[in-house]
Amino acid sequence: MLPEALFFSAVLFAIGVFGVLIRRNAIIVFMCVELMLNAVNLSFVAFAQAYGIAGQVFVFFVMTVAAAEAAVGLAIIIALFRHRQTVDLTNINLLKG
Amino acid sequence: MAHGTLPLAYTFHFYLFGFIAIISALLFVTRKSPVAAVLWLVNTMFSLAALYVLLDAQFIGAIQVLVYAGAIMVVFLFVIMLLNLGHGVGGDIRTAGWKIVAGAVGIAILAEIFAVTKAKTAITLTLPAGFAATQIQQTGAIAPIAAPLFNEYLLAFEVTSILLLAAVVGAVVLGKQRTDVEGQNVA
Repeated sequence: MLPEALFFSAVLFAIGVFGVLIRRNAIIVFMCVELMLNAVNLSFVAFAQAYGIAGQVFVFFVMTVAAAEAAVGLAIIIALFRHRQTVDLTNINLLKG
Repeated sequence: MAHGTLPLAYTFHFYLFGFIAIISALLFVTRKSPVAAVLWLVNTMFSLAALYVLLDAQFIGAIQVLVYAGAIMVVFLFVIMLLNLGHGVGGDIRTAGWKIVAGAVGIAILAEIFAVTKAKTAITLTLPAGFAATQIQQTGAIAPIAAPLFNEYLLAFEVTSILLLAAVVGAVVLGKQRTDVEGQNVA
């Protein structure tokens, strides 16, 4: 089932990229990143079935990093909200040239 | 599940959960309400857990449900609740120009990934058909992943604990209300 799994993984990753680009809510954008991580995990698991277990070990690490990233990222979003009273990314343009 | 002799039910369930995942993901990126979006993403993650089980990764499937759908998404829901963002008034989808750009980038990435998946890998690298399934039958679902994790990848595993410690400290520092000398809130 490797080609099918890679197909689903590719479509999910593209949906994640699409979501990052069209949404303005910082939390939704952040969740789209999680969706992309999940899509890559699906590829890893599919490859692990065909080429050896190391892919599953890597999924384990990706999940750990995703959990750490979610904790820090959501803390940043809360700090941002406290500062600006919004999570709309069009209003967060301090670094815009 | 052995290769070559895939029963129809296996293929059917694989496609079923794959398309549930894709449709839920599409609904997730198009919902106006953040709470509805989170719940559709949870649905995607459950379908992915089912796909992991079908791909002989039962442990990863369980972790997917426990950590991703269970813990990470609940934290997202908590933040949406704390910031009172659940109403989704007017939606937050960007203008038509952004949609076209996003669609083009999405299709470009999809095409690239399809081109990469067409590449052939050496047949000597592939495991014999049904290798993972027989390994699980012999040693259980956790032993095949635990052995490399605590041997070849032990250093990476230990470094992960430092990463988690840094994340915990970072989250506390960022989430803390900062006060100046008179006790007034600063940020």
